This record gives sequence, C-alpha cells and structure tokens, in this order.
Amino acid sequence: MLTNKHLKYESQKIGMNYFRVAIVLFGAQLLFGLVCAIQYLWPGFLFETLDFNIARILHINALVVWMLFAMLGSVYYLLPDEAGRDVVGAGLGKLGFWVLTAAVTVVVLVYLFIQIGPGKESTIWFINEGREYIEAPRWADIGIVAIVLIFYYNVFFTYIKGRQTGILTVLVADLLALAGLYLAGVFFTDNISMDQFWWWWVIHLWVEATWEVFVGALAAYGLIKILGAKREIVEMWLWIEVLLLFGSGILGLGHHYFWIGTPEYWWEIGALFSSLEPVPLVAMFVHVLYDWGKEQGHKEAVEGEGAHAVSNSPAMAWIALNAFGNFLGAGIWGFFHTLPQVNIYTHGTQFTAAHGHLAFFGAYATILIAMMYLGVQGAYGIKKMTMTFKSKMAIGLITFGVIGMTVALTIAGYEQVLVERAELGAGWDAYFIAQNLTWMKQAMGWRLVMGVITFIGFVYLLWDLVTIGEVEEAKEANELQSAVA
Amino acid sequence: MSNKSASVWTSIRFWRRSAAWVTATAVVLLMWLTFDTVKQISMGSDEDLKKGIRKRIPAPTVINYHIDYKFSKKRGHEVPVIGQKEPFFGKEWSPKEAAALLHKGKLTFQAKACIDCHTALGNGAYYAPDLTKAWLDPKWNNGTMTAMIGKKTKEEAMAEFLMHPDKYPTHGRMMPNLHITKDEAIALVAFLKHMSSIDTNGFPRNFSINAKRLKGGTNAH
Repeated sequence: MLTNKHLKYESQKIGMNYFRVAIVLFGAQLLFGLVCAIQYLWPGFLFETLDFNIARILHINALVVWMLFAMLGSVYYLLPDEAGRDVVGAGLGKLGFWVLTAAVTVVVLVYLFIQIGPGKESTIWFINEGREYIEAPRWADIGIVAIVLIFYYNVFFTYIKGRQTGILTVLVADLLALAGLYLAGVFFTDNISMDQFWWWWVIHLWVEATWEVFVGALAAYGLIKILGAKREIVEMWLWIEVLLLFGSGILGLGHHYFWIGTPEYWWEIGALFSSLEPVPLVAMFVHVLYDWGKEQGHKEAVEGEGAHAVSNSPAMAWIALNAFGNFLGAGIWGFFHTLPQVNIYTHGTQFTAAHGHLAFFGAYATILIAMMYLGVQGAYGIKKMTMTFKSKMAIGLITFGVIGMTVALTIAGYEQVLVERAELGAGWDAYFIAQNLTWMKQAMGWRLVMGVITFIGFVYLLWDLVTIGEVEEAKEANELQSAVA
Repeated sequence: MSNKSASVWTSIRFWRRSAAWVTATAVVLLMWLTFDTVKQISMGSDEDLKKGIRKRIPAPTVINYHIDYKFSKKRGHEVPVIGQKEPFFGKEWSPKEAAALLHKGKLTFQAKACIDCHTALGNGAYYAPDLTKAWLDPKWNNGTMTAMIGKKTKEEAMAEFLMHPDKYPTHGRMMPNLHITKDEAIALVAFLKHMSSIDTNGFPRNFSINAKRLKGGTNAH
C-alpha cells in the first residue's frame, strides 16, 4: 500500500493516495464507534469531554468520508484501465486530493476540539451543521462541491477522449447524479419536515440508489480484472442492475416519508418500491457467483484441476462477501422494517442501527476494501495475489464482528420495539424503561464485544494492506527464480 | 451479447435502453410527487390557525395555542389537535416574533447537534428519547419534571432543564451541559412545541397510552 512503483498512470497514483487516507479514516470510524458503544454501557465515559453526540458525529462522518475517499480512489484507479489512457488533468486531480484531505483534517479537528457552537448561522457555517451524516459545516460543503467538480471534470473528459466502455458510461452518469444530489443537503430551513424531506434526497438517493449503482460498476470492473470475465456479459448484467436498482431505489425513497409530516400516499409508494429493492441485490449476488463459477470451470477445463481463475484472491473474497453482504444487510435487514405497518414501531429504534451497520459494511465497505487490494496488486506489479494469514484474519474477524454487532443490535431493537413502542407507547419514560432492561444491556454488551473483534480485524486488515504487496512480490520473484533454475 | 443479438434478452442495447427508460420514469414520478409533497409540507400561515384550517406543518404562531394529541377514528391513529390559545412564556407571540423564535430554535437544535443523541420525527441517534412529541410528554404534563425543577409552567421547566441538565439528572445516561443560553433554551422549547403540532401520520403510535399509564401509576418502574 505504501508504494506506487509499478503504476504506469498518474490517475492510479492519485487513486492510491485516496485509498491511503480512506483506510486511516476507516480506523477512526471504528475507534469512535467503540467510544459510543462504551457510552451505552457506562454513560460516564468521557462525559462532557467527548459526549455521545460528538463521538457519533465522528463515527458516522468518518464512515461517509472514508467511503467517499475510497470511491474517488477506485474511480481514479480504474479510469486508465477502462478508458485506455491516463486521466486528462493529473495535476488538478492531485491538487484536489490534497485540498480535500486538508479540508477533512480541519473539519475533524473542529469536531474534536470545538464540537458545538451557539445557536447562530456562524455555527452552521464554521463548526457543525447538525444534520445527521452531513454535519460538515457549510464552508466544507462548498469545498466538497468544488473538489467534486474537479473530479467530475477529470472523469468526464477522460471518458470522452478515451475508450467509452459500458462500465464508464454507467459511472459517468451515476457520478453526475451522486454529486448533484449533495446540493439537496446544502441549505437551511426552519421547517423540520422540509429539512428532513430534502435531507433524505441526499442520504437515501446516495446509499439506496447512486452508491448501489456505483458498487455494481465496481463489481463489474473487479470481475473483469480478477477473473477475466467476458466484458459483454458483465456489462449486460450491469445495465440490468442499473434498471432494477434505479427502478426500485428512486421511488423506494418513499419509505423515509411515512412519519416526517409528509402525506399518507407515501405509505403505499414507499412500501411497494422498497419491497422491490432487494431484487437487484439478489441479481448482483447471482451474477458474481455465476461469473466466478463459470470462469473457474473454464480455467479447469483448459488447464486441468488445480488451476485458479482468480488473479487476486483477497479482492475476490471481499467482492463475494460484498455480493452476499449487500443482499443480507441492505436487502433482508432493510426489508425487515420497511413496511409502514412494521415501521411505525421500528422507526427510530436500534433496529435501524442494526440495518445500518450490516448494510454499510456489506454493500460498501467490502467492495471498497476489494478495490484497495486491487490497488496493492497493481502497485507491486503482482500477477497472482493470494491470501496471507493476515488477509484471512482480517476478513474473518471483521465479518464475524459486524454480523455479531448486527445480531446484538437487532435483539436490542426487538426489545425496544416491543417494550418501549408496543407495550408502553413511546415517550420519555417508556424510552428509559426499555433502555434500562437487562435485555437491552446484554445486547449492548455483546455489541461492544463484537465491536472490539471488528477493530482487531481492522488491525489485521491495515497490517495486511501495508505488507501483502512485498510478501507476494517476493513470493512471485522466488517462484520465477526456482522456475528458471 | 453484441448489438446484433440472437435474442432481445441478451442484447446490451435493449437493457441499456430499458435502464434509461425505467430510470427516467422513476425520476419523473418522483419529481411530480415532490411538487405535491413540498406544497403539503410548507408551513401554514397565522391566518390558517385563526380560521382553524389544519395544515400538516402549522405556522410558527402555533406556539400560542394549546396542543394535544388525540385518537382520530377517521384516520385510525392519533393526530395533533390545536386547541384554545394559551400563553407561551407568559405572552402571546406575534407572527414575526414567533417566526424569529422558531428560526433560532432550529438553528440551536442544529448547532448543539441534538440529533446525534436524540431522534426528531424518528430520525437521528438512539441514545436519548425521541423529541417528536416531547412537548406533549406526560413526564412534563403531569408535573413530575416540572415539580422537580420547581417551575410553574412546563415551558419554563423545559427551558431550565435545557440550560442545566446536569442539575436535574433522571437516569445514569444524562444530558451533558451544552452551554445553552436562556434565549436559546426558550427558542428550543418553541421548536419542540412547534414540532409536536406536526401531523406525523400517527407516529409515535399509542403515545397516549403513555399518558394514561403514568396518571394511573401502574406499570411504572
């Protein structure tokens, strides 16, 4: 992860820079998540030093930002491969990277040390916007828009001047929507319903529409790169996925409009379209496994048993995990509570947290980690990258940890829904009765344990990303030497 | 798989076009629904309140009225009911004053990152109670908190609590002192009162069970 020595294109070097910052921010996300998990059990922990709201801002903002960094990194990395040429504005791209990294550093330092401000416009502009996931102050919003414009300029003109593959066509269209949607989150209103209405345009239309299509494009690239899958098949699947994802996800937005002051017709629209949202995720799962099996079978038929179609097994493992995790976390855990008849009880409970953890991990973290492994392979010029012990520990512990957290939070969610909402009918008193039950505390205890396991897995992941390149490079050199001898 | 495919089902061109059409249709439908929803969730006016016209999100001057949350047989769930006028912090607020107060309240709500512990309209973090109907919460209504804080009215007690939550701990998990000034606290209470008047299609459900339960004193811890 620390070298670019075999990378021919400037674009890929920029991509690697984004990956490096992303993995650090991923670590920060987990650390602040642990702080929050500890505070659920021992509310006095860091009380009035790093309160829950600040720790959570850091937890969820680090999540969004590391994913955006890794997404930008992935696009810069795959761009020359797809377009068949280097990025048009490498200098501009580098500048954008450094400005964005500096801006993120300032935002994080302000969150940590200034935290909150007085109830004035200046707080919204310079400290904290106080809107979940997009808390970054207004100056940073404007900065992000400027950097994204540079990025989009680079992608668009590289695409126009280079090879216009199906994967790039999807990405060029998707990134425009993704960037444009951010603008729906950059304004202030006194009307909390209007606020949340547009806020969901950013959050939902990112994570349940444009980000999912982005993942489809990355998986398509990964399958071609890792398995040598046939481009025509992969790209045809990609268009089917776009159809299903946008066809269900855009109006699936309705499932956030059940209870925020918006009209009742969203009950039916939200229920119908969000029930369809798991369908493309099944399609993606089938597609990845189908291609894997097909290419492996083909390879064995040609080269005999023992031959492997996979040229990067850690990346392939994470992509396969993505296919399954996306379906399970976003699809199944999302469908659990998407119908209004259920959602009236589950809305705003730990159920949502359970879904959030598994969905963000399964749908996004996994494939972005796969892209980082592809980056390492390219940077060290490795032909066939295999898993090390550390790769296996990383994938095993992180997956076990996240699923464990999800199960614990689901149990906490059930308890909260049944006791606080169904039995006691919501409100302050009902909330605290449910929070103080042993069932909730046990679940939160397990969540912390599983969070620690996830973090240990992360340490292995970081260690592996830093060292696997040299290990595998040396292994290939040895094999080559012994073959020559 | 190529453009001259044997079957339409394996034609990239067919799927690309279908994807474009389906996406475009979904976007057009969303736009159309958005126009209608935005109209319905725009704040009502002071005139509407005076004439008794119900808007999903009433004008800021709703803080001058008594607000309740009652079961509607017609709709099958509880709905906010705006009643007679009642003083808010001992006075009636003009439309201009009420709007300025709500503005400050919403700004403070964001500036203190309330939503990263609480939920509002059910969205936010799950570390602290939902604030959607906090103004109507029986814990404040039947005097428990109000008596503990030693204020005459609910709004004064809420404002005092917001300014010094550390002085009135109720549970091990307590609210930190966010250095909220008196003006900000009054504005926040106005924001909460306004939010309680929003028609949330019955969320949170069975909120009034809570009121009955606490009055009767059964089922409490």
